[in-house]
Amino acid sequence: MVLAIASGGGHWQQLLRLRPAFEGKRTAYLTTNGAYAKDVPGSEVFVVTDANRDVPLKLVRSAAEVFWRVMRTRPDVVISTGAAPGLFGILFGRLVGARTIWIDSIANAEKISLSGRIASRIAHMVLTQWPHLAATPRVQHRGSIL
Amino acid sequence: MIFVTVGGQLPFDRLVHAVDRWAMQQSSADVFAQIGRSTRPPAHIRWERFLSPDEFQTKAREADVIVAHAGIGSILTAFELGKPIIIMPRRAHLGEHRNDHQWATVKNLGNHPGITAVTDEEALLHELDNLDRLEAPPHEPGPDYARLVDFLRRAIEDL
Repeated sequence: MVLAIASGGGHWQQLLRLRPAFEGKRTAYLTTNGAYAKDVPGSEVFVVTDANRDVPLKLVRSAAEVFWRVMRTRPDVVISTGAAPGLFGILFGRLVGARTIWIDSIANAEKISLSGRIASRIAHMVLTQWPHLAATPRVQHRGSIL
Repeated sequence: MIFVTVGGQLPFDRLVHAVDRWAMQQSSADVFAQIGRSTRPPAHIRWERFLSPDEFQTKAREADVIVAHAGIGSILTAFELGKPIIIMPRRAHLGEHRNDHQWATVKNLGNHPGITAVTDEEALLHELDNLDRLEAPPHEPGPDYARLVDFLRRAIEDL
């Protein structure tokens, strides 16, 4: 099973653009806004607390919720377009033996996001959407959502 | 109709009020703005602070032009609906965002077909005066998109 994770707004919309890549695979989505379920009819959608570095307590709660979901779903693949909940998904995905893929947001045009830099030490694969940011073998450029 | 959207996190008064000033000078400007946490509501345009995802889609669909902060969500919405979009970046030193990644978006995506990037209110007003010149984004995503989807599909199928 593919567990596809994105926070709200641009992260979620970028993940939706990648849906053709999961076609034919059972896919569950994990996001921060329950209203997004209508974007992926027929797929299971899990909702976790939104969080970023400015609100550490929420970060802890979000991590715990993602941990629970990953443990329950035991995905074969965890793929995320960010942000913090996706990074947790990558981390816990590794614990259950999933293949983990981080796609850094196209908004990060001048440098990889902090989450992306952390992911580059954890995930099997980290992709940047900007060719000039693919500096190391750990961070590759393989196209973009546009 | 012009649909203005600035997302939900921090105020972006500069954008909202530039459009409001412009609308004041028009005889019949049809503008709807999603103003988020902007501190002063506009006076000459229709507005809501927040929209549900459904309402957002409806407004974007009804729009002839989208005017937005330089958020990727706004840009992708415009692309998917084939609407011309004007983007203006939030700036960190003005307290409009935590960092300047919207500035980076404008620098790097500003020349993409379908996107008109402006850096300040004056440039925004100029574009609003010349809406007929705006180009819609291409119907199909570019080759970079097909490449990314193919790559990911193979990465996932190789399991």
